[in-house]
Amino acid sequence: MPYLSGEDTVKELRRALSNPNVQSDPLRYRNTITKVIRAMSQGVDVSALFPEMVKACATVDIVQKKLVYVFLCSYASLNPDLSLLVINTLRKDCQDANPMVRSLALRNMTNLRLPGLVEYVEQPLSSGLRDRAACVRRVAVLGWAKLHNLQPETETDAAVVNELYSLLRDPDPIVMVNCLRALEEVLKEEGGVAINKAIAHHLLNRLKECDVWAQSDILRILERYCPQTEGELFDILSLLDSCLICVAPPVMAATLRLFLCLCSSLPAVCHSALERACGPLLTACGSSSREMRFSALAHIQVLLGAHYKRFFCGYAEPAFIKQRKMQVLVELVNDENVSMLLDELKGYCTDVNPETAQAAISAIGRIARSYSDKCLEILTGLLGLKQEHITSAVVQTLRDLVWACPQCSDIVCTTIEGCEQIIQDAQGRQALLWLLGAHGERVPSAPYALEGFIDGVRFEGSLCVKMELLSAALRLFLCRPAEMQDMLGRLLHYCIEEESDMCVRDHALLYYRLLHCGIEETRRFVQMRRSDPGLGVLIGRPQQSINSWAQSFNTMQPLCGATTTPDTSTRGSPEHTNFYPKTNLSKELRTCQVDSTPTEEDFFCLETLIQCSLIPVDSPYSLQAALQLVNIQTMAFTPTSAIPWKFYMYTHTQPECSTKTAHGTLILAELLYSNEAPDVDEKPRDEPALMGFLSILSTVLNTVALQCENSQQGKTQLS
Amino acid sequence: MICQFFILSSKGDHLIYKDFRGENSSDVVRVFYEKVTALPGDQPPVVMNHKDVYFVHVKQGGLFWVVTTNSASSPFTIIDFINKLCSLVKDYCGTLSERSVQLNFALIYELLDEVVDYGYIQTTSCDVLKNFIQTEAVSSRSFSLFDLSNVALFGAETQQSKVAPSSAATRPIHQREQSHTEIQRLCKFRVCVQGMLMKVDVEGEIRVKCYTPRCSEMRIGLNEEFSIGRSQLRGYGAGVRVDECSFHQNVKLDEFESNRILKLCPSQGEQTVMQYQLREELPCAAPFRLFPTVERDASGRLLMYLKLRCDLPPKILFVCLICPSLSQELSSPDQSAELKPQSRVVVWSIPKVNGGTQLSALFKVDVPGLCSSSLLEVAPVGLSFEVPKWTCSGLQVRFLRLSPVYSPAGERWVRYITHSDSYTIRI
Repeated sequence: MPYLSGEDTVKELRRALSNPNVQSDPLRYRNTITKVIRAMSQGVDVSALFPEMVKACATVDIVQKKLVYVFLCSYASLNPDLSLLVINTLRKDCQDANPMVRSLALRNMTNLRLPGLVEYVEQPLSSGLRDRAACVRRVAVLGWAKLHNLQPETETDAAVVNELYSLLRDPDPIVMVNCLRALEEVLKEEGGVAINKAIAHHLLNRLKECDVWAQSDILRILERYCPQTEGELFDILSLLDSCLICVAPPVMAATLRLFLCLCSSLPAVCHSALERACGPLLTACGSSSREMRFSALAHIQVLLGAHYKRFFCGYAEPAFIKQRKMQVLVELVNDENVSMLLDELKGYCTDVNPETAQAAISAIGRIARSYSDKCLEILTGLLGLKQEHITSAVVQTLRDLVWACPQCSDIVCTTIEGCEQIIQDAQGRQALLWLLGAHGERVPSAPYALEGFIDGVRFEGSLCVKMELLSAALRLFLCRPAEMQDMLGRLLHYCIEEESDMCVRDHALLYYRLLHCGIEETRRFVQMRRSDPGLGVLIGRPQQSINSWAQSFNTMQPLCGATTTPDTSTRGSPEHTNFYPKTNLSKELRTCQVDSTPTEEDFFCLETLIQCSLIPVDSPYSLQAALQLVNIQTMAFTPTSAIPWKFYMYTHTQPECSTKTAHGTLILAELLYSNEAPDVDEKPRDEPALMGFLSILSTVLNTVALQCENSQQGKTQLS
Repeated sequence: MICQFFILSSKGDHLIYKDFRGENSSDVVRVFYEKVTALPGDQPPVVMNHKDVYFVHVKQGGLFWVVTTNSASSPFTIIDFINKLCSLVKDYCGTLSERSVQLNFALIYELLDEVVDYGYIQTTSCDVLKNFIQTEAVSSRSFSLFDLSNVALFGAETQQSKVAPSSAATRPIHQREQSHTEIQRLCKFRVCVQGMLMKVDVEGEIRVKCYTPRCSEMRIGLNEEFSIGRSQLRGYGAGVRVDECSFHQNVKLDEFESNRILKLCPSQGEQTVMQYQLREELPCAAPFRLFPTVERDASGRLLMYLKLRCDLPPKILFVCLICPSLSQELSSPDQSAELKPQSRVVVWSIPKVNGGTQLSALFKVDVPGLCSSSLLEVAPVGLSFEVPKWTCSGLQVRFLRLSPVYSPAGERWVRYITHSDSYTIRI
């Protein structure tokens, strides 16, 4: 076939369609129409052929009819006037003796999606509901839902709604379930179809007649039903038990979700349901379709430790499944299986795919928080491989580990020597620099490692590495001045005189001036925490009740959450915000957020006044300790003498907790001890989390205040 | 709920696009393809979202089968539906490929129209659909001389027609009139250095493909000594045991306890009648044993000597992980070995292995900067293979009866296939 441009194709097709010889030969006519549809699905604009196709619609050949309808439904919205011509043919077809023709006409009549044609469609739809053939009734029932969504503002006739309710008793199961679906859409404003006892029992009794798809829809709708007595509840549960262990994953998942909804007040029943569903869920984890396997893995929330071997990765599995399995494995660790698990994870660390290898290494790092000896041994062994991406990932993992459990720092300090030669990527070098700065006094070769970096700073591309290098050099200078003095001088000179980036330059200037104030002053200023045991609690998976995740079970959310890399919270240097002195912190952070996500709605400010008896301004550390108990981390506070006294803090919710958003919520707060305008930045909007935060904060403040003996009355504004 | 459905070729060509609800613009196809191509690697995550639109995709036959949906939909339902749709299209068109989809787009539109209405799945049962689907499939198979082998040559009866034609499964549904039961299993297990089994995970299923009209009842007889779970062992001798077993809803089990007979009223098309799992221990000896030796030779090269012994006749692909540049000595000429520098893998492929034979291969690999720790980097050996006519659980189909007795004997058959893509042996 010669290559034709879009316009030529249309011209050619029009000539063929209007050729009387073609029209008289059914086979040729059908073939020409097939060509039109082919052009349409290849993206050629064939809407100009609409009049010819309308003519082709009047035929007895069902295949041709179907093809023409595919065309008409795609282009009807562009030609509302011409579509009026089709309606006549369609209405005639609705009277046809063949039920297939009737259902076809009815379906396409409602698929045209033209609000102007509603008046012509209503009558055939009403008679369709009373048709003898089930296939026509199926289409007619859903047709009302389509009609309603075309004109959402007009109320659907109460008579129709009643008729739909009565069709729930239809002998055909698909008609029944379509009625449910249609009512759900038509009555959306009223909260969907009303499920009373009679309807619920009717649906449950007919569940067995339906196929997989209908069953899962019915089970989803039954979630709204509240059984009146406990006896009824248990009757329903025993009736549904066979569905819970069903082979088809959709039915199993929908049943489990229904169980969790119905028994939200009976945790014991929930647990036994989960145990029972564990078998089918694990079977789905081993399904031959990798997509199904992934979906089941993302939904495994409650696991029995005995099954850990099921989550070992196969060599040929795609990376996304391997990474998901590792996340599951980390949560399954216990005293008995830890050596087996680590052995397995060790095998993945040398995976061909660097991302998988990194995920395995960071999984070992997370296990190291509870089983540090064995894990450190493995991580040290991996450094011996001298592979670029592995070393980088190991150093990042070690950094996170030291931050969370300081007791590991001795071993880590001895292992990181020599890594600077191998690591190439910015994140790895940043992590290494942080380790050298924070624990440099225990790494004998630290100054020499830094020297290499300082000599190469001219060619350094990454801003983060330069910043990290500056602070590491300064910190190391404080503990090993003799070796570092010359190097620090060179670095500061380069950064101040030659560096083009303002951020680095300002930072260097700040250090330079700070050093002018004297060593003691500098030390006091850059004194930093080297670990944060509180962070371990924040990152680790909290024990959640079933109700907190039951809502998102069997929806898209668990699958989407699985695609984000874990541990993003610690990708930068751990104590970044604590360390840089920023005059207007909240403003600074806000600009950061605007850079990454340009929508204004991502964060949200709130001002609140908390009345509390006293603010312990002179003992910020006790307040800090108290806040840490409730997982609120301190970023900075002003000296005790300053007025207004300010205190910056942050916390974030776990993604699983917040049902509205896929991401966690970060709450930044500024506590002011005077009468200035304060604010809270939050991203994204998550009211319950914020309210919870505020209530916790005021409780803490009040508690701390009670402990203080001073009875002076204080007034705080909080934002 | 399914908002839109589309099929994209791996190059991003639109093959099929159907909007069921008219809520999103057709722009989503472009958005989806941009998302897929923006990701590194060839394994994009199954679910991706763009604002409120969630894309769920399954890759089959080199094509992206994509559904857009909202956040409240059940991923199990959607993924199961796409898989089911793929098998329906395969049933109707014969094969799943870009070409067959292009040729049969009219049929696929028709199919979609009947299967989904307004985003709600109506039915995927072949029985129901065959009444509605009118378009004939266009077979994408080109003419080849092999097709003639089944034709009686010069009027003489050839023996080949007695053998189950392997091409039967790739013929479009309208041309088939047969029933065949297929036992297919996925066999995953790993072995330690000494040949001790570390993890066994066998998943098997009995899958019935039935295309016989007017078949009211099918009876499948399994081994009589078949037992489920640890406790109930039947008889003596080699019992066939599985740990867990589940059946399709339509299977009647009244004769299962006494005679191990499954009764069902098969609907047209493909369905999984029974699924079973086997863990921890394998009832038979492991089909392959590997004796690896990895060491450094005097000139600083890595020497890998692999000996593979097998007791079964499989097709096998052999994978091993190591660094660039190699010389090789293989035990027979029809094998081949290839080094893939990007993924640092040596692939040793063996077209056919006869039972009870032993194969060996010696690879010498030049590794820049080889040191003793590099030996740690040699990853486990992974085998992927397919063994026809063998099941590692020992489950067999004793007989397959259809009633009313109607179809000639040649038109039904039972196939056993074991295949594994994760038979891992640690070095």
